[in-house]
Amino acid sequence: MSTEPILSVRGLIMEFGGIRALDKLDLTIQNGQIAALIGPNGAGKTTFFNCLTGIYTPTAGELHLSPSGQPSRRLNGLKPNQVTEAGLARTFQNIRLFPTMTVLENVMIGRHCRTRAKILGAILRDPRTLREEKETVDISRSLLHKVGLADLADEVAKNLPYGAQRRLEIARALATEPLLLLLDEPAAGMNPQETQKLIGLIRNIRDEGLSILLIEHDMKLVMSLSDYIFVVDYGRKIAEGVPEEVRSNPVVIKAYLGEEVEYA
Amino acid sequence: MEYFLELVFSGLTRGSIYALIALGYTMVYGIIGLINFAHGEVYMIGAFTALIVATVLNMYGLPLPAVLILASVAAIIWAAAYGFTIERLAYRPLRGAPRLSPLISAIGMSIFLQNYVMLAQTPNFLPFPELIPEPAFLERFASMVGTTDLAILTVTSVVMILLTLMIKFTRTGKAMRATAQDQTMAFLVGVNVDTVISITFITGSSLAAIGGVLIASHIGQINFYIGFIAGIKAFTAAVLGGIGSIPGAVLGSFVLGLTESFATGYVSSAYEDVFAFSLLVLILIFRPAGLLGKATIEKV
Amino acid sequence: MNVITLKDCRKALLTALWFMFLTFPILVVKVNTTEHLVIWRWQNLIYVGAATCIASLLTSVYRHYRDRRGQMRQQEQQEEEAGRLSLTERFFNTPAVSRPVFATAALFFLIFPLLFSTYQVNIMTTALMYVVLGLGLNIVVGVAGLLNLGYVAFYAVGAYTYALLNMHFDVGFWIALPLGGIMAALFGILLGFPVLRLRGDYLAIVTLGFGEIILLVLKNWAEFSQGPGGISNISRPGFFGVNMPMETALNYQYYLTIAMVVLTIFVINRLQNSRIGRALFALREDEIACQAMGIDKTTVKLTAFALGATWAGLAGVLFAAKNAYINPDSFTFLESAMILCIVVLGGMGSIVGVIIGALILILLPEYLRAFSDYRMLAFGALLVIMMVFRPQGIIANVRRTYHKKDSAA
Repeated sequence: MSTEPILSVRGLIMEFGGIRALDKLDLTIQNGQIAALIGPNGAGKTTFFNCLTGIYTPTAGELHLSPSGQPSRRLNGLKPNQVTEAGLARTFQNIRLFPTMTVLENVMIGRHCRTRAKILGAILRDPRTLREEKETVDISRSLLHKVGLADLADEVAKNLPYGAQRRLEIARALATEPLLLLLDEPAAGMNPQETQKLIGLIRNIRDEGLSILLIEHDMKLVMSLSDYIFVVDYGRKIAEGVPEEVRSNPVVIKAYLGEEVEYA
Repeated sequence: MEYFLELVFSGLTRGSIYALIALGYTMVYGIIGLINFAHGEVYMIGAFTALIVATVLNMYGLPLPAVLILASVAAIIWAAAYGFTIERLAYRPLRGAPRLSPLISAIGMSIFLQNYVMLAQTPNFLPFPELIPEPAFLERFASMVGTTDLAILTVTSVVMILLTLMIKFTRTGKAMRATAQDQTMAFLVGVNVDTVISITFITGSSLAAIGGVLIASHIGQINFYIGFIAGIKAFTAAVLGGIGSIPGAVLGSFVLGLTESFATGYVSSAYEDVFAFSLLVLILIFRPAGLLGKATIEKV
Repeated sequence: MNVITLKDCRKALLTALWFMFLTFPILVVKVNTTEHLVIWRWQNLIYVGAATCIASLLTSVYRHYRDRRGQMRQQEQQEEEAGRLSLTERFFNTPAVSRPVFATAALFFLIFPLLFSTYQVNIMTTALMYVVLGLGLNIVVGVAGLLNLGYVAFYAVGAYTYALLNMHFDVGFWIALPLGGIMAALFGILLGFPVLRLRGDYLAIVTLGFGEIILLVLKNWAEFSQGPGGISNISRPGFFGVNMPMETALNYQYYLTIAMVVLTIFVINRLQNSRIGRALFALREDEIACQAMGIDKTTVKLTAFALGATWAGLAGVLFAAKNAYINPDSFTFLESAMILCIVVLGGMGSIVGVIIGALILILLPEYLRAFSDYRMLAFGALLVIMMVFRPQGIIANVRRTYHKKDSAA
């Protein structure tokens, strides 16, 4: 495993009117890793994603993204779109597609920050704009192919079955050419076969050189997929390590006590 | 000095009227997140109802206090009925629709009501009967402050206190606050959300009607268009104070009233409305949450 | 199953009674305060009762059919998921049908001045100008979902830019046309920049206020705008210095407006199917998801807002040139409301819809003069009714599909 960090978070604090949702969180994700963030409901996992992607402004802490071979970039204070441009893309826990746009258009939207055409280009349709449009359609189609939705490209997004919507969200996120992909409960609501396909898909994405951080409740999936796991509870990191370490950690078991824990 | 005090009083009077209308905006916004563009028209209809009832009663020779009370009560009843009906017809069917839909519906309702009153009554200004008597002991101060000014200030203060008590201490008030915070949750714990929304419209409309009667007696004439500008300004006041916040609406209204009073008194009266809108734009740039509002975070 | 049940009848009756009560003071009593006269118009009570009773019954019938159709559609959906398209979608997706229809319409507008009198041509020119305005506002409201209630202010900026430049510096139409557009765009950016960062509904009220400010300035600042009297003797558009008789000039203006309409359609059509256009549609659907996809919402919205303003500015120059006279009364809020009505009636985001909407709303009142007093009343009611019963408008916007050949080309 490579030891080069892609994302480092130091002392992240997020407060909502006196309530501390995240408390001095530290974590480092290595390049090319599939990392997982787990914890009981309300532990602050989605809040962490929101801080990372600029939707919330953290109260304190440092967020750094370090693309390999390039100087690291501080993510604090960036707007969500700038974070995406810097190389972080996410999916949402409660699916947030563009419901009345077609599947293909949904992915094409993801290309927005990697394309340049302005109003004038749109009106004049100069060769550069045309080339860019063609490239956008081509890349989007190939991404749909990758997530297995190529046949549904012209369907309106809201008509897709649940599992397909989750995969479309992944394709849309990939279209922004991220370095680190953040998946917020990608397997929620999926049946076992769909989950199996999803595991394959996530591995493929990792093998293409992306790093992945996922939030997930399905322990089977987390344990079989992740290279590294962080456990949070009440906004604090209570454990981290490779799956075997985390699985046998008494603190983690205690945090999960009372919840059905299904270990593979 | 006297001129200065005169401007202060006139600012407070304006502020009171704005407050009575702004409360309706802010309450409705707090509960269903909609700018009720037709609210200004409810205020106008309140004033018209009072004028019509007062004129009819005057002809039957009723004593002035009786006319005043009956006209005001009629204004409140009908304005409340209009507020209730507007919500049922134009907003309730659109709950859950995209944000733009109720907004367009609201602006349509506003245009409809203006033209309805214009066609049914008159496009011209109508003189409003003098309902509030001028007691002699006030003559000394007449240059600075009139009876209607005092009446407006008194009535507004009483109404504000009553409203605050209602929202703080009654069951309905509690249900309103719950619905404003989280409609679905309020529904789940047994609050009848539909009723609460209706009550909000009725309360807001009644306040606007009181404002309508007061301002009409103060200025002495009304037409179908008075609700439009007053509505925008009251909304400005609500935003100024922090939309959704009741004390904010009151504070914002007085700030706006005083600003307008001084600006027209010391600068120019032709651009009276320009000051209000400029204030609105400035607030939105520098403090979009308003004076007393809190910045909200959308849940993702 | 009965279409109208006893319950519906009782509801209709109660509705009628409620509205008779509601409208009583305003509709029945009419006071004349100067002569101390009161006119009682009891007949209005009956009209209101009858009208609301019928309206209530009609709504019940509508609901009944809609529910039944909804049930049927659910069954259909289970049987056959794909392949169900609305009538308009089918129309647009069948070139064999839609192309001849469009061609005939285009031909009709081209030979219109040959078929009708100059009076009719003049009315049609006005209607076409509203098509331009409607399409311009459609970029802002329909495509970007930003409610601009002061659209007419940008129209005024364009018109006054030309009128003032023409009066003081004798600037001609063709030079003023782009200048009017640019001025309006500048105003749009100045106004939009602070507001577009915020919640969408603030924009509605700020644009409303802005419209009123522009109007007040035009009325009160007489040294600048000549006040309520307006500016007259504005040069009509020239054609390489050719002097034209009145009738030719009118026809020339007609074709100029047609050219403007064509240009507008061309630009908007291309814009909708572009990177920016897609971003705008997406923004309307989900702002947070959009930002997470790397879209800078302020920039994209501002672009749409300014583009809409530009179009109003261009239309304004055209308007000043057509009438040769402008005054502040042409730029009141009611004008903004009417343009909004055009967009809402036609179908937000749909070009064909907006054109049809403009033609209906401008031509119908012209030929129904008797009802002209009720025009604004009807517009207001129309906005509410459309939102409640058919928010997508007459012609719903159709999503574009990207066929394989697009990418192969």
